[in-house]
Amino acid sequence: MLDKNGIAKRIAQEVEDGYYVNLGIGIPTLVANYVREDISVEFQSENGILGMGPFPFKGEEDADLINAGKQTITALPGASYFDSATSFAMIRGKHVDLTILGAMEVAENGDIANWKIPGKMVKGMGGAMDLVASAENIIVAMMHTNRAGESKLLKKCSLPLTGVGCVKKIVTNLAVLEVVEDGFLLLERAPGVSVDDIKAATEGNLIIRGEVVEMNV
Amino acid sequence: MIRKTVANVTDALAGVKDGMTFMLGGFGLCGIPENAISELVKLGVKNITCISNNAGVDDFGLGLLLQQHQIKKMISSYVGENDEFERQMLSGELDVELTPQGTLAEKCRAAQAGFPAFFTPAGYGTEVAEGKEVREFNGKMYILEEAFKADFAFVKAWKGDAAGNLIFKGTARNFNPCMCGAATITVAEVEELVPEGELDPNQIHIPGIFVQRIFKGKDYEKRIEQRTVRQK
Repeated sequence: MLDKNGIAKRIAQEVEDGYYVNLGIGIPTLVANYVREDISVEFQSENGILGMGPFPFKGEEDADLINAGKQTITALPGASYFDSATSFAMIRGKHVDLTILGAMEVAENGDIANWKIPGKMVKGMGGAMDLVASAENIIVAMMHTNRAGESKLLKKCSLPLTGVGCVKKIVTNLAVLEVVEDGFLLLERAPGVSVDDIKAATEGNLIIRGEVVEMNV
Repeated sequence: MIRKTVANVTDALAGVKDGMTFMLGGFGLCGIPENAISELVKLGVKNITCISNNAGVDDFGLGLLLQQHQIKKMISSYVGENDEFERQMLSGELDVELTPQGTLAEKCRAAQAGFPAFFTPAGYGTEVAEGKEVREFNGKMYILEEAFKADFAFVKAWKGDAAGNLIFKGTARNFNPCMCGAATITVAEVEELVPEGELDPNQIHIPGIFVQRIFKGKDYEKRIEQRTVRQK
Protein backbone atom coordinates (compact mmCIF):
# COMPACT_ATOMS: atom_id res chain seq x y z
CA MET A 1 0.00 0.00 0.00
CA LEU A 2 1.22 3.51 -0.80
CA ASP A 3 1.28 6.55 1.46
CA LYS A 4 0.61 10.06 0.16
CA ASN A 5 4.19 10.47 -1.05
CA GLY A 6 3.98 7.11 -2.80
CA ILE A 7 0.88 8.23 -4.69
CA ALA A 8 2.65 11.44 -5.67
CA LYS A 9 5.70 9.46 -6.80
CA ARG A 10 3.59 7.21 -9.03
CA ILE A 11 1.74 10.17 -10.56
CA ALA A 12 5.05 11.90 -11.26
CA GLN A 13 5.77 9.07 -13.74
CA GLU A 14 2.86 10.37 -15.83
CA VAL A 15 4.49 13.77 -16.25
CA GLU A 16 6.20 14.02 -19.63
CA ASP A 17 8.85 16.29 -21.11
CA GLY A 18 7.40 19.63 -22.23
CA TYR A 19 4.27 19.42 -20.09
CA TYR A 20 2.59 22.42 -18.48
CA VAL A 21 1.05 21.01 -15.29
CA ASN A 22 -1.52 22.34 -12.84
CA LEU A 23 -1.27 20.80 -9.37
CA GLY A 24 -4.14 20.93 -6.90
CA ILE A 25 -3.83 21.25 -3.14
CA GLY A 26 -2.89 18.23 -0.99
CA ILE A 27 -1.29 15.11 -2.49
CA PRO A 28 -1.02 16.73 -5.97
CA THR A 29 1.33 19.40 -4.58
CA LEU A 30 3.76 16.63 -3.59
CA VAL A 31 4.06 15.47 -7.21
CA ALA A 32 6.46 18.35 -7.94
CA ASN A 33 9.00 16.70 -5.60
CA TYR A 34 9.22 13.54 -7.72
CA VAL A 35 9.25 14.72 -11.31
CA ARG A 36 12.32 13.39 -13.19
CA GLU A 37 15.11 15.93 -13.31
CA ASP A 38 16.08 15.20 -16.91
CA ILE A 39 12.80 16.56 -18.33
CA SER A 40 11.50 20.13 -18.71
CA VAL A 41 8.18 20.81 -17.01
CA GLU A 42 6.48 24.05 -15.94
CA PHE A 43 4.00 24.22 -13.10
CA GLN A 44 1.02 26.56 -13.39
CA SER A 45 -0.77 27.92 -10.36
CA GLU A 46 -4.16 29.30 -11.32
CA ASN A 47 -3.82 32.49 -9.28
CA GLY A 48 -1.40 33.64 -11.96
CA ILE A 49 2.05 32.08 -12.41
CA LEU A 50 3.70 29.71 -14.86
CA GLY A 51 7.11 28.45 -13.86
CA MET A 52 6.40 28.12 -10.15
CA GLY A 53 9.42 27.20 -8.06
CA PRO A 54 9.90 25.83 -4.53
CA PHE A 55 9.12 27.64 -1.27
CA PRO A 56 11.45 30.60 -0.59
CA PHE A 57 14.28 30.49 1.90
CA LYS A 58 13.41 31.92 5.29
CA GLY A 59 13.55 35.70 5.15
CA GLU A 60 13.00 35.79 1.38
CA GLU A 61 9.19 35.45 1.41
CA ASP A 62 7.37 37.91 -0.84
CA ALA A 63 3.73 38.76 -0.04
CA ASP A 64 3.20 39.45 -3.75
CA LEU A 65 4.27 35.95 -4.76
CA ILE A 66 1.99 33.10 -3.68
CA ASN A 67 0.42 29.96 -5.16
CA ALA A 68 -3.26 28.98 -5.33
CA GLY A 69 -2.96 27.52 -1.81
CA LYS A 70 -1.94 31.04 -0.68
CA GLN A 71 1.53 29.75 0.24
CA THR A 72 4.63 31.85 -0.38
CA ILE A 73 6.57 30.50 -3.37
CA THR A 74 9.37 31.43 -5.77
CA ALA A 75 9.50 31.86 -9.54
CA LEU A 76 11.96 29.90 -11.68
CA PRO A 77 13.91 31.33 -14.64
CA GLY A 78 11.47 31.63 -17.56
CA ALA A 79 8.48 32.17 -15.28
CA SER A 80 5.63 34.53 -16.12
CA TYR A 81 2.81 36.23 -14.22
CA PHE A 82 -0.65 36.93 -15.61
CA ASP A 83 -4.18 37.89 -14.62
CA SER A 84 -6.94 35.46 -13.60
CA ALA A 85 -8.79 35.59 -16.92
CA THR A 86 -5.58 34.73 -18.80
CA SER A 87 -4.87 31.97 -16.29
CA PHE A 88 -8.20 30.30 -16.99
CA ALA A 89 -7.76 30.89 -20.72
CA MET A 90 -4.74 28.59 -20.38
CA ILE A 91 -6.91 26.04 -18.60
CA ARG A 92 -10.17 26.35 -20.58
CA GLY A 93 -8.26 26.66 -23.84
CA LYS A 94 -6.51 23.33 -23.14
CA HIS A 95 -3.03 24.81 -23.15
CA VAL A 96 -2.28 23.16 -19.81
CA ASP A 97 -1.32 19.55 -20.59
CA LEU A 98 -2.02 17.82 -17.30
CA THR A 99 -4.19 18.56 -14.29
CA ILE A 100 -3.67 16.64 -11.06
CA LEU A 101 -6.22 17.08 -8.31
CA GLY A 102 -7.75 15.43 -5.27
CA ALA A 103 -11.29 14.10 -4.91
CA MET A 104 -13.79 13.01 -2.31
CA GLU A 105 -15.56 10.69 -4.76
CA VAL A 106 -15.14 9.52 -8.36
CA ALA A 107 -17.83 7.61 -10.27
CA GLU A 108 -17.30 4.86 -12.84
CA ASN A 109 -18.46 7.24 -15.62
CA GLY A 110 -15.75 9.78 -14.71
CA ASP A 111 -17.90 12.12 -12.61
CA ILE A 112 -16.02 13.80 -9.79
CA ALA A 113 -17.10 15.34 -6.48
CA ASN A 114 -14.52 17.31 -4.53
CA TRP A 115 -15.96 20.61 -3.34
CA LYS A 116 -18.98 20.29 -1.08
CA ILE A 117 -20.33 18.10 1.70
CA PRO A 118 -24.00 18.81 2.49
CA GLY A 119 -24.43 19.91 6.10
CA LYS A 120 -20.84 21.11 6.39
CA MET A 121 -19.48 24.61 5.83
CA VAL A 122 -19.07 25.09 2.09
CA LYS A 123 -15.80 26.80 1.29
CA GLY A 124 -16.35 26.98 -2.45
CA MET A 125 -15.10 25.29 -5.59
CA GLY A 126 -12.25 27.72 -6.33
CA GLY A 127 -10.90 26.77 -9.74
CA ALA A 128 -11.83 23.07 -9.54
CA MET A 129 -14.93 23.25 -11.77
CA ASP A 130 -13.07 25.13 -14.51
CA LEU A 131 -10.18 22.67 -14.31
CA VAL A 132 -12.23 19.48 -14.50
CA ALA A 133 -14.59 20.78 -17.19
CA SER A 134 -11.76 21.85 -19.48
CA ALA A 135 -8.72 19.64 -19.05
CA GLU A 136 -8.37 16.66 -21.39
CA ASN A 137 -5.85 14.96 -19.17
CA ILE A 138 -6.96 14.77 -15.54
CA ILE A 139 -5.40 12.51 -12.94
CA VAL A 140 -7.09 12.17 -9.59
CA ALA A 141 -4.88 11.56 -6.58
CA MET A 142 -6.70 10.16 -3.58
CA MET A 143 -7.07 7.46 -0.97
CA HIS A 144 -9.09 4.50 -2.25
CA THR A 145 -11.42 4.61 0.77
CA ASN A 146 -12.53 7.32 3.19
CA ARG A 147 -11.78 7.43 6.92
CA ALA A 148 -14.83 5.22 7.59
CA GLY A 149 -13.37 2.61 5.22
CA GLU A 150 -15.99 3.25 2.52
CA SER A 151 -15.03 3.20 -1.14
CA LYS A 152 -14.46 6.51 -2.89
CA LEU A 153 -14.66 4.83 -6.31
CA LEU A 154 -18.40 4.56 -6.80
CA LYS A 155 -21.11 3.60 -9.26
CA LYS A 156 -22.49 7.10 -8.82
CA CYS A 157 -21.26 10.04 -6.74
CA SER A 158 -23.37 10.77 -3.66
CA LEU A 159 -21.91 14.26 -3.08
CA PRO A 160 -22.66 17.36 -5.19
CA LEU A 161 -20.66 17.11 -8.42
CA THR A 162 -17.71 19.23 -9.47
CA GLY A 163 -17.80 17.96 -13.04
CA VAL A 164 -19.32 15.21 -15.19
CA GLY A 165 -17.53 12.49 -17.14
CA CYS A 166 -14.15 14.15 -16.90
CA VAL A 167 -11.78 11.91 -14.92
CA LYS A 168 -9.52 9.70 -17.05
CA LYS A 169 -7.06 8.25 -14.56
CA ILE A 170 -6.98 7.66 -10.82
CA VAL A 171 -4.00 6.86 -8.62
CA THR A 172 -4.85 5.72 -5.10
CA ASN A 173 -2.96 4.12 -2.23
CA LEU A 174 -4.03 0.75 -3.67
CA ALA A 175 -4.08 1.03 -7.45
CA VAL A 176 -3.79 2.84 -10.77
CA LEU A 177 -7.09 2.81 -12.65
CA GLU A 178 -8.36 4.18 -15.93
CA VAL A 179 -11.96 5.27 -16.45
CA VAL A 180 -13.25 3.40 -19.50
CA GLU A 181 -16.71 3.02 -21.03
CA ASP A 182 -18.08 0.55 -18.50
CA GLY A 183 -16.15 1.25 -15.33
CA PHE A 184 -12.75 1.41 -13.65
CA LEU A 185 -10.13 -0.56 -15.56
CA LEU A 186 -7.49 -1.82 -13.12
CA LEU A 187 -4.06 -1.07 -14.59
CA GLU A 188 -1.67 -1.57 -11.69
CA ARG A 189 -1.77 -2.59 -8.05
CA ALA A 190 0.32 -1.02 -5.29
CA PRO A 191 3.16 -3.09 -3.75
CA GLY A 192 1.78 -5.70 -1.37
CA VAL A 193 -1.83 -5.15 -2.49
CA SER A 194 -3.81 -7.97 -4.13
CA VAL A 195 -6.48 -7.70 -6.81
CA ASP A 196 -8.94 -8.97 -4.22
CA ASP A 197 -8.00 -6.12 -1.84
CA ILE A 198 -8.78 -3.64 -4.62
CA LYS A 199 -12.04 -5.40 -5.50
CA ALA A 200 -13.14 -5.18 -1.87
CA ALA A 201 -12.34 -1.46 -1.72
CA THR A 202 -14.07 -0.52 -5.00
CA GLU A 203 -17.84 -0.03 -5.09
CA GLY A 204 -18.03 0.90 -8.77
CA ASN A 205 -17.58 -1.63 -11.56
CA LEU A 206 -13.97 -2.85 -11.50
CA ILE A 207 -12.70 -4.29 -14.77
CA ILE A 208 -9.82 -6.74 -14.67
CA ARG A 209 -8.21 -7.79 -17.92
CA GLY A 210 -5.57 -10.47 -17.51
CA GLU A 211 -2.57 -10.12 -15.24
CA VAL A 212 -2.47 -6.89 -13.20
CA VAL A 213 1.10 -5.72 -12.76
CA GLU A 214 2.55 -4.27 -9.58
CA MET A 215 3.42 -0.57 -9.66
CA ASN A 216 7.05 0.33 -10.04
CA VAL A 217 7.55 3.00 -7.37
CA MET B 1 -3.35 63.68 -21.43
CA ILE B 2 -6.41 63.00 -19.32
CA ARG B 3 -5.52 63.19 -15.66
CA LYS B 4 -6.94 60.55 -13.31
CA THR B 5 -5.11 61.46 -10.13
CA VAL B 6 -7.14 62.20 -7.02
CA ALA B 7 -5.65 63.51 -3.79
CA ASN B 8 -6.50 60.68 -1.45
CA VAL B 9 -8.69 57.66 -0.71
CA THR B 10 -11.58 59.88 0.45
CA ASP B 11 -11.79 61.60 -2.94
CA ALA B 12 -11.27 58.29 -4.69
CA LEU B 13 -14.35 56.80 -3.05
CA ALA B 14 -16.65 59.79 -3.56
CA GLY B 15 -20.11 58.63 -4.61
CA VAL B 16 -19.99 55.29 -2.79
CA LYS B 17 -23.45 54.55 -1.34
CA ASP B 18 -25.43 51.92 0.56
CA GLY B 19 -26.73 49.05 -1.56
CA MET B 20 -24.06 49.32 -4.27
CA THR B 21 -22.16 46.47 -5.93
CA PHE B 22 -18.37 46.56 -5.69
CA MET B 23 -15.65 44.53 -7.37
CA LEU B 24 -12.51 44.07 -5.30
CA GLY B 25 -9.29 42.68 -6.70
CA GLY B 26 -7.02 40.22 -4.92
CA PHE B 27 -6.48 36.50 -4.42
CA GLY B 28 -6.55 35.58 -0.76
CA LEU B 29 -4.85 38.59 0.83
CA CYS B 30 -2.48 39.04 -2.12
CA GLY B 31 -3.07 42.19 -4.16
CA ILE B 32 -6.13 43.40 -2.26
CA PRO B 33 -7.04 47.12 -2.31
CA GLU B 34 -6.20 47.68 1.37
CA ASN B 35 -6.79 51.44 1.34
CA ALA B 36 -10.20 51.22 -0.33
CA ILE B 37 -11.32 48.53 2.11
CA SER B 38 -10.26 50.65 5.12
CA GLU B 39 -12.16 53.60 3.68
CA LEU B 40 -15.30 51.49 3.11
CA VAL B 41 -15.11 50.47 6.78
CA LYS B 42 -14.77 54.14 7.76
CA LEU B 43 -17.65 55.22 5.53
CA GLY B 44 -19.81 52.46 7.01
CA VAL B 45 -21.76 51.82 3.78
CA LYS B 46 -24.28 49.04 4.30
CA ASN B 47 -26.08 46.35 2.28
CA ILE B 48 -23.30 46.11 -0.21
CA THR B 49 -22.62 43.29 -2.67
CA CYS B 50 -18.97 42.35 -3.04
CA ILE B 51 -17.55 40.55 -6.05
CA SER B 52 -14.21 39.19 -4.89
CA ASN B 53 -12.52 35.82 -5.31
CA ASN B 54 -12.19 35.42 -1.53
CA ALA B 55 -13.64 37.03 1.58
CA GLY B 56 -10.46 37.84 3.49
CA VAL B 57 -9.70 36.52 6.97
CA ASP B 58 -11.41 37.44 10.24
CA ASP B 59 -9.40 40.57 10.93
CA PHE B 60 -8.06 41.60 7.53
CA GLY B 61 -9.23 42.23 3.99
CA LEU B 62 -12.97 41.87 3.44
CA GLY B 63 -13.20 40.33 6.90
CA LEU B 64 -13.09 43.94 8.18
CA LEU B 65 -16.33 44.73 6.30
CA LEU B 66 -17.93 41.51 7.52
CA GLN B 67 -17.13 42.44 11.13
CA GLN B 68 -19.15 45.64 10.65
CA HIS B 69 -22.02 43.73 8.98
CA GLN B 70 -21.68 45.90 5.87
CA ILE B 71 -21.90 43.09 3.33
CA LYS B 72 -25.28 41.77 2.22
CA LYS B 73 -24.00 39.46 -0.48
CA MET B 74 -20.67 37.92 -1.50
CA ILE B 75 -19.93 36.61 -4.98
CA SER B 76 -16.76 34.50 -4.69
CA SER B 77 -15.14 31.23 -5.68
CA TYR B 78 -13.65 30.30 -2.31
CA VAL B 79 -14.53 31.61 1.12
CA GLY B 80 -12.71 29.42 3.67
CA GLU B 81 -10.41 30.83 6.37
CA ASN B 82 -13.03 33.13 7.90
CA ASP B 83 -15.09 32.23 10.99
CA GLU B 84 -17.24 35.37 10.98
CA PHE B 85 -18.12 34.70 7.36
CA GLU B 86 -19.22 31.19 8.26
CA ARG B 87 -21.33 32.45 11.16
CA GLN B 88 -23.12 35.06 9.05
CA MET B 89 -23.66 32.64 6.18
CA LEU B 90 -25.11 29.89 8.40
CA SER B 91 -27.37 32.37 10.20
CA GLY B 92 -28.75 33.55 6.86
CA GLU B 93 -27.52 37.10 7.44
CA LEU B 94 -25.14 36.89 4.48
CA ASP B 95 -26.10 35.78 0.99
CA VAL B 96 -23.35 33.88 -0.85
CA GLU B 97 -23.11 33.11 -4.55
CA LEU B 98 -20.30 30.66 -5.22
CA THR B 99 -18.92 30.93 -8.74
CA PRO B 100 -16.14 28.90 -10.35
CA GLN B 101 -12.92 30.91 -10.33
CA GLY B 102 -12.42 31.04 -14.09
CA THR B 103 -16.06 32.00 -14.59
CA LEU B 104 -15.69 34.75 -11.97
CA ALA B 105 -12.67 36.16 -13.82
CA GLU B 106 -14.42 35.94 -17.19
CA LYS B 107 -17.61 37.61 -15.86
CA CYS B 108 -15.37 40.55 -14.96
CA ARG B 109 -13.54 40.53 -18.28
CA ALA B 110 -16.83 40.26 -20.20
CA ALA B 111 -18.07 43.37 -18.40
CA GLN B 112 -14.79 45.12 -19.23
CA ALA B 113 -14.91 44.07 -22.89
CA GLY B 114 -18.61 44.70 -23.54
CA PHE B 115 -19.82 41.12 -23.83
CA PRO B 116 -23.20 40.56 -22.15
CA ALA B 117 -22.57 36.84 -21.65
CA PHE B 118 -20.43 33.86 -22.68
CA PHE B 119 -20.55 30.07 -22.73
CA THR B 120 -18.23 28.07 -20.49
CA PRO B 121 -17.97 24.34 -19.76
CA ALA B 122 -17.23 25.03 -16.05
CA GLY B 123 -20.08 23.89 -13.85
CA TYR B 124 -22.02 21.99 -16.51
CA GLY B 125 -23.94 19.13 -14.86
CA THR B 126 -23.44 20.64 -11.38
CA GLU B 127 -25.58 22.88 -9.17
CA VAL B 128 -23.81 25.91 -10.66
CA ALA B 129 -25.68 25.24 -13.93
CA GLU B 130 -29.13 25.30 -12.32
CA GLY B 131 -31.44 27.75 -14.12
CA LYS B 132 -28.82 28.58 -16.77
CA GLU B 133 -29.07 28.08 -20.51
CA VAL B 134 -27.18 25.01 -21.74
CA ARG B 135 -25.87 24.63 -25.26
CA GLU B 136 -23.81 22.07 -27.13
CA PHE B 137 -20.87 23.15 -29.30
CA ASN B 138 -18.88 20.49 -31.19
CA GLY B 139 -20.21 17.71 -28.98
CA LYS B 140 -19.36 19.39 -25.66
CA MET B 141 -21.82 20.98 -23.25
CA TYR B 142 -21.56 24.58 -22.07
CA ILE B 143 -23.56 26.89 -19.81
CA LEU B 144 -24.37 30.54 -20.38
CA GLU B 145 -22.88 32.94 -17.83
CA GLU B 146 -23.63 36.66 -17.80
CA ALA B 147 -21.22 39.56 -17.37
CA PHE B 148 -21.15 41.25 -13.97
CA LYS B 149 -22.62 44.69 -13.43
CA ALA B 150 -20.98 46.77 -10.72
CA ASP B 151 -20.92 50.37 -9.52
CA PHE B 152 -17.28 50.51 -8.44
CA ALA B 153 -14.21 48.37 -9.04
CA PHE B 154 -11.47 48.75 -6.43
CA VAL B 155 -8.12 47.50 -7.66
CA LYS B 156 -4.56 47.53 -6.38
CA ALA B 157 -1.52 47.89 -8.64
CA TRP B 158 2.20 48.21 -7.98
CA LYS B 159 2.91 51.29 -10.09
CA GLY B 160 0.68 53.75 -11.82
CA ASP B 161 0.91 57.14 -13.48
CA ALA B 162 -1.24 60.25 -13.62
CA ALA B 163 -2.92 58.96 -16.80
CA GLY B 164 -4.20 55.92 -14.89
CA ASN B 165 -1.86 53.42 -16.57
CA LEU B 166 -1.11 50.47 -14.32
CA ILE B 167 1.64 47.90 -13.76
CA PHE B 168 1.13 44.98 -11.40
CA LYS B 169 3.66 42.90 -9.48
CA GLY B 170 3.98 39.12 -9.16
CA THR B 171 0.83 37.19 -8.39
CA ALA B 172 -0.69 40.32 -6.83
CA ARG B 173 -1.96 40.88 -10.38
CA ASN B 174 -4.67 38.13 -10.23
CA PHE B 175 -8.20 39.57 -10.59
CA ASN B 176 -7.14 43.23 -10.57
CA PRO B 177 -6.64 43.75 -14.33
CA CYS B 178 -9.90 41.88 -15.14
CA MET B 179 -11.86 44.29 -12.96
CA CYS B 180 -10.46 47.50 -14.47
CA GLY B 181 -13.17 49.08 -16.58
CA ALA B 182 -15.65 46.36 -15.57
CA ALA B 183 -17.62 48.71 -13.27
CA THR B 184 -19.06 52.20 -13.76
CA ILE B 185 -16.10 53.69 -11.89
CA THR B 186 -12.72 52.00 -11.46
CA VAL B 187 -10.57 53.21 -8.59
CA ALA B 188 -6.93 52.14 -8.64
CA GLU B 189 -4.66 52.42 -5.62
CA VAL B 190 -0.93 52.06 -6.25
CA GLU B 191 2.23 51.73 -4.20
CA GLU B 192 4.10 54.14 -6.47
CA LEU B 193 2.36 56.95 -8.32
CA VAL B 194 4.56 58.64 -10.92
CA PRO B 195 4.06 61.58 -13.30
CA GLU B 196 3.02 60.86 -16.89
CA GLY B 197 5.90 59.85 -19.12
CA GLU B 198 7.81 57.97 -16.43
CA LEU B 199 6.35 54.55 -17.15
CA ASP B 200 7.48 52.84 -20.32
CA PRO B 201 4.36 52.47 -22.54
CA ASN B 202 5.69 49.04 -23.58
CA GLN B 203 5.41 47.80 -20.01
CA ILE B 204 1.87 48.95 -19.18
CA HIS B 205 -0.46 46.10 -18.14
CA ILE B 206 -3.68 48.15 -18.03
CA PRO B 207 -4.11 51.33 -20.10
CA GLY B 208 -5.53 54.34 -18.26
CA ILE B 209 -8.76 54.32 -20.28
CA PHE B 210 -9.99 51.54 -17.98
CA VAL B 211 -9.32 53.61 -14.84
CA GLN B 212 -11.29 56.68 -13.69
CA ARG B 213 -9.44 57.53 -10.46
CA ILE B 214 -5.96 56.75 -9.22
CA PHE B 215 -4.25 57.54 -5.93
CA LYS B 216 -1.13 56.61 -4.00
CA GLY B 217 -2.06 54.17 -1.27
CA LYS B 218 -0.34 54.15 2.10
CA ASP B 219 0.55 51.91 5.03
CA TYR B 220 0.38 48.66 3.09
CA GLU B 221 0.47 45.71 5.45
CA LYS B 222 0.57 43.00 2.72
CA ARG B 223 -0.19 40.25 5.16
CA ILE B 224 0.98 36.73 4.23
CA GLU B 225 -1.71 34.08 4.73
CA GLN B 226 0.45 30.92 4.52
CA ARG B 227 4.11 31.60 5.20
CA THR B 228 5.93 28.59 3.73
CA VAL B 229 9.74 28.41 3.59
CA ARG B 230 12.48 25.89 2.95
CA GLN B 231 15.80 25.37 4.72
CA LYS B 232 19.03 26.64 3.21
